[in-house]
Amino acid sequence: MTDILLMIGVFVAAFVVGYLLISRVPQRLHTPLMSMTNAISAVTIIGALLLFAAAGDAVGRTLGALAVALATFNLVGGFAITHRMLKMFKGRDRRCS
Amino acid sequence: MSGWAGLAVDLVIILILIGGIAQFRTPLGARRGNLTAALALLLALAIVVWRHRLMDPWVIAAMLAVGAVVGLIVARRVNMIQIPALVAFQHGAGGVAAFLVSFVELTRRPGELSAVALVSGLLGLVIGAATFSGSMIASGKLANRLKQTPTVLPGHSLVLGLAVVLVVVVAVVAGMTTGPALTAWLIVLVVLAVTLGVVFSIRIGGADMPVLISFLNATAGLAAAFCGVIISNRLLVACGATVAASGSILTYVMCTSMNRSLFGVFTGIQLKAAAPACSTDLAAAVSDACELPAASPQSLDPLTRAAQLARDAQSVIIVPGYGMALAHAASEAVGLGRALERLGKDVRYAVHPVAGRMPGHMHVLLAEAEVDYDKLYEMKDINPRFSETDLVLIVGACDVVNPAAVETEGTPISGMPILRVDEARHVVVCNLDEKPGYSGVPNTLYNNRKTVLLFGDAKATLQGLSAALSDACSAREGA
Repeated sequence: MTDILLMIGVFVAAFVVGYLLISRVPQRLHTPLMSMTNAISAVTIIGALLLFAAAGDAVGRTLGALAVALATFNLVGGFAITHRMLKMFKGRDRRCS
Repeated sequence: MSGWAGLAVDLVIILILIGGIAQFRTPLGARRGNLTAALALLLALAIVVWRHRLMDPWVIAAMLAVGAVVGLIVARRVNMIQIPALVAFQHGAGGVAAFLVSFVELTRRPGELSAVALVSGLLGLVIGAATFSGSMIASGKLANRLKQTPTVLPGHSLVLGLAVVLVVVVAVVAGMTTGPALTAWLIVLVVLAVTLGVVFSIRIGGADMPVLISFLNATAGLAAAFCGVIISNRLLVACGATVAASGSILTYVMCTSMNRSLFGVFTGIQLKAAAPACSTDLAAAVSDACELPAASPQSLDPLTRAAQLARDAQSVIIVPGYGMALAHAASEAVGLGRALERLGKDVRYAVHPVAGRMPGHMHVLLAEAEVDYDKLYEMKDINPRFSETDLVLIVGACDVVNPAAVETEGTPISGMPILRVDEARHVVVCNLDEKPGYSGVPNTLYNNRKTVLLFGDAKATLQGLSAALSDACSAREGA
């Protein structure tokens, strides 16, 4: 039960902190932001790895391996494309906005 | 590792991640922030591998390598107009990973899971599967492989409602089943959730895509968070929640920037109701637009007139829209902007929040065309400046500059915040045709006497305008 409460606490805390931080991101960075958060959501790779290790039967392991590959695609591709996109932004940082 | 040490490690990783997101204030900071977040996830991954002895390390290494190589290749090859399609596709991949993990976890230990874990697992499964199919449809539309306009099935709302009810019923049945029948019910549930995603997504199109893609961003995060609850992993829950928060904010920003309710976007109600009222206005507006050139005081052809206006203007604001991207005219627009700058004019770019097919898309498109980002202005910063501007050059934007949004009531765009280009001294419009934008509301700007209309392919029009500008300049020098 304490475990569940902890999980709910973590969810709420992360949501609130994320909300406060992200509502201050300027519009011009919204596309890189979404691309990066997309890569972050590929954290399911942790679940996929654990599952692959724990699953006993062949079906479970195959699905686990598939999930690992898809999540890695998301993770690596997401961060790489965000980096490439941000490198295109050229200019001096303006104070406003 | 003891429980407290594990908690401390998770906390450190989350703090690094938050540190990364906090740097998303300036483009340069964002670059550091992106790398910081990547570091956080790399640490998280390393710790999982270290904490748990994984079986078959070679299989895992192979899977990691395949995913990483494909990801890198795609990231290198994609151009900026394809970014929304790629991001939507990645939402889908995230959804699949979440629903696979939930699926295997639910079938692996039937009867052992706590009620909360069971419910989270079912939610992770449904949301993940629906995010997958919804994102694939969105990605197909954005990549122009599917029809971009909304596809409405007969009794669409009824079908959608029925799908939701079926998903809930089957989820409850699956939740109460133990034993071999469980797998069968879960497969039925996945099929239903996939159908739900398709039916949901296919009705949304065109200018509403930024809302859909932001919403799918949020649901992909939510699926990851639920998936984290079932495997009781705090990092997954925290990361998923952060992504869900980000997606929710972007969804909200997109809706308010179009003055549409989330419900209206997802059900198509607002657009449908307004359509019949528009058609008569449309005819009137088009005939007005056709009569106008004859009545206008300038006997010059529009291109020469536009070139003269550009030559004589001191301050110019360029307003790019998605039409510019579709016509592959970004470099022509930026080239014209540079030519005007060389003539000593003050050139700025005004970007509406919903210009493009995902939040902030136009900024990235212009960055790709090598516009310095300190020349890009957001709506609230540029709007007070239009009244002191000599010339506004609109390239492929319609609804976001339509004065009808503030002048008339009861249209789909009434109340939508717009770029106040009508306050500038002169306006040149380089759009494909005089048809209204996605909202179906005729653009009253086209009837304005200070507007010069250059209809046709934006790329060709801008090339013509550049040539006419240099002609106009040399004509003045010659005189």
